[in-house]
Amino acid sequence: MTVLLSVRDLTVTYRRDGSEVAALKHISIDVAAGERVAIIGESGSGKSTLALAIAGLLPQSSRIEGRIDWPGRNHAPIGGRDIGFVFQDPSASLDPVMAVGKQIAEVAHTHLGLGWSAAYAKAKTLLERVRLPDPDVALRAYPHQLSGGQKQRVAIAAAIAAGPKLLIADEATSALDTIVQAEIAALIRQLVAEDGMTLLFVSHDIALAAELAERIAVFRHGDLVEIGTTAQVVNTPRNAYTRALLDAHLGLDAGPMPWRTGTPA
Amino acid sequence: MSSPLLAVSELTKRYRRGGQTIAAVDGISFHIEPAETLALAGPSGSGKSTIARLLLRLIEPDAGHIEFEGGDFLSLNGAALRARRARLQMVFQDPLAAFNPRATVARVLGDPLRVHGIASRRERPRRIAALLERVGLSADLATRAIHEISGGQRQRIAIARAIATKPSLVVLDEAVSALDVSVRGQILQLLLDLQREERIAYLFISHDLGVISAIAHRIAILDAGRIAESGDARAVIDAPQSAIGKALVAATPKLTRTSMHDAS
Repeated sequence: MTVLLSVRDLTVTYRRDGSEVAALKHISIDVAAGERVAIIGESGSGKSTLALAIAGLLPQSSRIEGRIDWPGRNHAPIGGRDIGFVFQDPSASLDPVMAVGKQIAEVAHTHLGLGWSAAYAKAKTLLERVRLPDPDVALRAYPHQLSGGQKQRVAIAAAIAAGPKLLIADEATSALDTIVQAEIAALIRQLVAEDGMTLLFVSHDIALAAELAERIAVFRHGDLVEIGTTAQVVNTPRNAYTRALLDAHLGLDAGPMPWRTGTPA
Repeated sequence: MSSPLLAVSELTKRYRRGGQTIAAVDGISFHIEPAETLALAGPSGSGKSTIARLLLRLIEPDAGHIEFEGGDFLSLNGAALRARRARLQMVFQDPLAAFNPRATVARVLGDPLRVHGIASRRERPRRIAALLERVGLSADLATRAIHEISGGQRQRIAIARAIATKPSLVVLDEAVSALDVSVRGQILQLLLDLQREERIAYLFISHDLGVISAIAHRIAILDAGRIAESGDARAVIDAPQSAIGKALVAATPKLTRTSMHDAS
């Protein structure tokens, strides 16, 4: 197993209204090259802070203690080239006044040193890979002309355009409806497998995480409360909070809740 | 058999977009009985939220009828509409967007009491305290601003505001979708307690079949403005017949826990 990424004793503190809040507390986690790891937790758990810290995207005002090492690399990874990042809201991550083809081509141009026509050709191939209908038309489309799911496909195409080793998806399917969410999750799984990428899948949804990831790390209030293989975390959770999260999941076989009244008179 | 609490028939709402006419809601009929939960499920753009807005008379339909509490709801205007609206309330997904964030909790809960003439100025603090208690919150919360309290507390406030006017029907539009799962269970329990004790009916709009199977008696699955199928929630989710119903069930993440021995 080759370690791609090694986080050691990472503490991240945000300064807000004069007070300091520890968003992550003494986190240590190794991620192997080519593995799929889910980072799960509820709001305030620190899961997104970890994703941003790994991608080097934390705000200047935050205080970072501890280490994030990339064994086997002699320089820090470059965001967009070595790390692809897909955010929850594609409307916020895409430029509203730039054609989507250019947004993808720009990544290839900047990080792969391709000329513009080669970069556009690459963008078209990527739009095919993320299965946008009619890639030639999509190249010239603007974000507002696309649906939420299509925009997220474009954001994924831009994220993988430079061939990153690590893809971070931070609640990338959470704003989408169930059917589109499943399509995007399947697309991420396929692209990660085809390109041999490592996946960090940040989500509040333990069921979705379990479908995608080989390992699950559970975060709460800035602490890593449990990490293990998906089967171990789901079937034999060691931590009480992990058990509570699993019990709170409402699947298709959930109902009716014990306190639901019967059929109304 | 008495008439249902809500009877919607052949409801249609069309929008014009770029010279084309699109039926967001296309001849939809359904009914809800007192103290019953009907779930509306379906993908984005299937018409779920348009139906909610039609029911609240935020927009007017192009065709169809809505009968509520035995009367023609669409013919009501002015004071009569205002009075009837007290019986039909709504809870949205994001209470922070629904309320003025700088308003106090007391203000948010006092407004419907004032607007609908339910409590005099003197009576209001007591009624507000009772509402807070009813939704499991401390009366001390009344003086806090909406932006200062947690998401779960805000959704409890939204529910308190909805029940302040003693409604017979509450439309819940993705009302638990943005909540953490640990909070979601508590809010669902609160909704079920209120339904049992005050016989409130819910129109529960959601894309989440797991939540629906936990709370709803019946389900109607929408696709492109029409009802693709409807029936007992358990039966439909266990064996969907329509293409969209099958797609929704297939797309719902499955959490398989093998070593949980207490399957009871």
